[in-house]
Amino acid sequence: MSYVPSTEAQRKEMLAAVGVSDYRELYADVPQQMLLTEPLDIPPGMGELEVSRAMNALANKNVQYTTILRGAGAYDHYIPAAVRSIPAKEEFLTAYTPYQAEMSQGVLQSIFEYQTMICELTGMDVSNASVYDGATAAAEAAAMCRDRKRSVTLVSAAAHPDVINTIRTYCYGTGDEMRVIPAKDGHTDLDALREMLGSDVSCVYIQQPNFYGLLEDATAIGEAVHEAGALYVIGANPISLGILKTPRECGADIAVGEGQPLGLPLGFGGPYLGFMAATTKLMRKLPGRIVGETVDTAGNRAYVLSLQAREQHIRREKASSNICSNEALCALTASVYMAVMGPQGLAEVARQCTAKAHYLAEKLTAIDGIDLVYPGAFFHEFVTTLPRQNEVLSALETAGILGGLPLDEGVLWCVTEKASRDDLDRAVSIVKEVLA
Amino acid sequence: MKIPADLSYSKTHEWVRIEGETAIIGITDYAQDALGDIVFINLPEVDDTLEAGDSFGDVESVKAVSDVMSPVAGTVSAINEELIDSPELMNSDPYGAWIIKLEGITVPDDLLDAAAYEAFCAESE
Amino acid sequence: MELIFEKSVAGRACDILGACDCDYVDLPQDVLRAQPPKLPELAEVDVTRHYTELCHHVHGVNCGFYPLGSCTMKYNPRIDEEIAALPGFQRIHPLAPQHAVTGCREVLDLARSYLCKISGMDNMTFQPAAGAHGEFTGVLLIKQYHDSRGDTARTKIIVPDSAHGTNPATAAMCGYEVVNIPSAPDGCVDLDALANALGDDTAGLMLTNPNTVGLFDQNILKITAMVHEAGGLCYYDGANLNAVMGVVRPGDMGFDCIHMNLHKTFATPHGGGGPGACAVGCKEFLSEFLPKSALMDEAGHLQVRSFAGNFLVVVRALTYLMSMGREGIPEAAHNAVLNANYLMRRIQGTFEPAFDRICMHEFVLDLSEFKKETGVSALDVAKSLIDYGMHPPTMYFPMIVHEALMLEPTETESKETLDWAAGVFAELYELGKTNPAVMHEAPHHAQIGRPDEVRASRTPVLRWYPQEEGSAAL
Repeated sequence: MSYVPSTEAQRKEMLAAVGVSDYRELYADVPQQMLLTEPLDIPPGMGELEVSRAMNALANKNVQYTTILRGAGAYDHYIPAAVRSIPAKEEFLTAYTPYQAEMSQGVLQSIFEYQTMICELTGMDVSNASVYDGATAAAEAAAMCRDRKRSVTLVSAAAHPDVINTIRTYCYGTGDEMRVIPAKDGHTDLDALREMLGSDVSCVYIQQPNFYGLLEDATAIGEAVHEAGALYVIGANPISLGILKTPRECGADIAVGEGQPLGLPLGFGGPYLGFMAATTKLMRKLPGRIVGETVDTAGNRAYVLSLQAREQHIRREKASSNICSNEALCALTASVYMAVMGPQGLAEVARQCTAKAHYLAEKLTAIDGIDLVYPGAFFHEFVTTLPRQNEVLSALETAGILGGLPLDEGVLWCVTEKASRDDLDRAVSIVKEVLA
Repeated sequence: MKIPADLSYSKTHEWVRIEGETAIIGITDYAQDALGDIVFINLPEVDDTLEAGDSFGDVESVKAVSDVMSPVAGTVSAINEELIDSPELMNSDPYGAWIIKLEGITVPDDLLDAAAYEAFCAESE
Repeated sequence: MELIFEKSVAGRACDILGACDCDYVDLPQDVLRAQPPKLPELAEVDVTRHYTELCHHVHGVNCGFYPLGSCTMKYNPRIDEEIAALPGFQRIHPLAPQHAVTGCREVLDLARSYLCKISGMDNMTFQPAAGAHGEFTGVLLIKQYHDSRGDTARTKIIVPDSAHGTNPATAAMCGYEVVNIPSAPDGCVDLDALANALGDDTAGLMLTNPNTVGLFDQNILKITAMVHEAGGLCYYDGANLNAVMGVVRPGDMGFDCIHMNLHKTFATPHGGGGPGACAVGCKEFLSEFLPKSALMDEAGHLQVRSFAGNFLVVVRALTYLMSMGREGIPEAAHNAVLNANYLMRRIQGTFEPAFDRICMHEFVLDLSEFKKETGVSALDVAKSLIDYGMHPPTMYFPMIVHEALMLEPTETESKETLDWAAGVFAELYELGKTNPAVMHEAPHHAQIGRPDEVRASRTPVLRWYPQEEGSAAL
């Protein structure tokens, strides 16, 4: 199958119209010794039914757990039916970047609405139309903060390891330095941070809630950062922002994060959604597409890709980012999710996650040998000690439960609104049984 | 196209007015016309030091961006912050809309006078 | 159209979760936000109708002809969507134990094997999320290679001036000085300019072939040999791979690493701007520098984003690759090239191609003569196409052609569609001669007329504000 609609007869007619007798003549510019003489060493094509069978077989090789108690950057939230069906509409699905505003008002308006929702969620002034994921959003934010005088990025050790590593990679690219702020009791070590805040520091990145699920004293950290003249970047979990202080309320200059919890499936890691929002002052440093409101020739409200002179297609090697394609459909999905949930619904997801995570933490730590590793308030993730870790986790798996993520210091558990109290009780009783 | 006789010019289409130790710099009528509607300018900071030929900022139109070079060396003593809110002044009044002032200047000898600049523009057409 | 916020009614909601079966807990007051976000309050019917209204003002490739040059807008098969929606792919946690994700690993392995064969590379990563992200990944391979050899004097990346803007922007993100070399008039590499730019400080060359005007660079073997001779590496921007897949391989052209846009060449949908997905391939000697995830794989490697990349997009691309197979892949390339040449010849005689010779998968029209004659610009023609329900071609790119319109019909358009499109261009050619004024004001039947982009940039309004907060301008 090749999805080519022209018939053999039509192809011949078209070749004749072009003035060649054969496909090979179309490739006359290619050095002939380079042309493949043998067919590609890949399997022959298949019909749709055969492909469906083969791909279903692959999907069926994966284990689908009935309960997922693992997060660490990818969260198993309930996805409302409308959030699945609306972004699947073929118009949204198969459009390119909205370069032609007159033919793309639907996409442009949806992005404008997304930008507004992200600003509401984070408390910031301006949002871009998305970047690849939370890790690249953090790395792009760090790049926004650098100038000739300040180039060092500080990153909390309590941030997600993939995020730290991604920021390190982007710094390796530009030749800038990244230093890791140590963690103390699972939190960003504020005293250590104060000592590290030299005049060469451009920005500080922390994650809230952090990798261990703990709530950082984000306001105090922000004060220290600003006193030292650096910029403050917070990586936030968007679900938690249904109830938690906004990055802006904590003093952030830039808010970023992984938007996957807003209606996107786990999908073995992607596609996800990097959101980025900043203060008005940093507006022109934001990378990527930004949609703005204007009027058309008749004076009617219209939306366009705006502030384009920031971008690579105009600024080329002087652009601060090379981003072109983003995650527009994921941003649309997140918008639909936020519209379906509304302010009350989003807060309710956050409250139920917190309630259930605390319920599981309480039940687990009532078992001998299981304790919380770190003190302090947490959102929907927490780290416990776990004796006979491998045995416990495989017993849970046998019962269709994906347990917490093993770390050096213990096991990182996550509970979302999807787990019922019965699910959690069942998990706890399996843990008890193994450890009895 | 206006080319005031009392200014000096660079081949990168900036004008400069020299008053003793101070230089006032902007972009020419030719430059603003080539760019089209200017929508934004990135300005340097006061106290930045510049060599002649250094880029000290850039001006943006909707679909283009262009560096602005300093025709003379010196230290930035003032920036025209009015242009941040009203970049269109560079279109409507290019010789009134100064961008930066420099002090402690060194003037290179390759600046053009109005007649030479006019000839240069005609050549570039 | 009203904004979704303007449709909000206080107190309206969808009931999604139901009651909580665990006791709520109180987090400390000082961590809570002062007031809830002003998200819209709507019933499900409001949400559905809002987005249905919006989607009526979007043109996707599955809606109609979309000859946007250099974007390879081919039809996006439905089976690919159905497969990517399988719970066995959707509900898989990236950090689930290895034995629970063998199906996902096999998808990546299979896709890698197909694409290595097509590109002539030895190894591949799917971590990058888009083409530009793949360029970043690929140039970082080059940087690590030189660094690993202590060859730190290589500070420059050579990019032809006809390249996409992402190429120089990528090189800059990787800390390289960009050396822009002028292209020959046909967009091909000027060998003298290349020779002059090469030296001990050359880290590499970034190149698209076929190039950005849709021509295959006949000197390609010479070019890559010259770069290698100077000690640099060659990076292949796979933006235009659709013309040559299954016909000739970048690996055989002498390239050391490559990116392929799965959302162009391998038919995954572009979603109004993304998500894309990118495969970055390399020859064996660069394999050790490929990125890995700190959490999924192992620490100590670079990584360009979290986890394993846009996996569900790779699932779609693999579904497409399996459907196409060894005959389908070159068949698609042949017909992409045939369709481009056919459309070019059908239009020729009215609007003229910039290069009167056989093209690859896309071609450029040069409207500068037409504009001189009629005053009608490439922009006017593009905007006029909208009234016919055709998405305009890429405008004013590449910059080496004036008044350029770049058309890439792709192989999934029928002869009937191409004949229709040629007819539309012919009509506009006549219209430009008889009534240019009407084209200056096009489109006439779109949802909006031409937008005021100057106003959008001068006084940015980048979000909606609730009425009570007053002015919307920043």
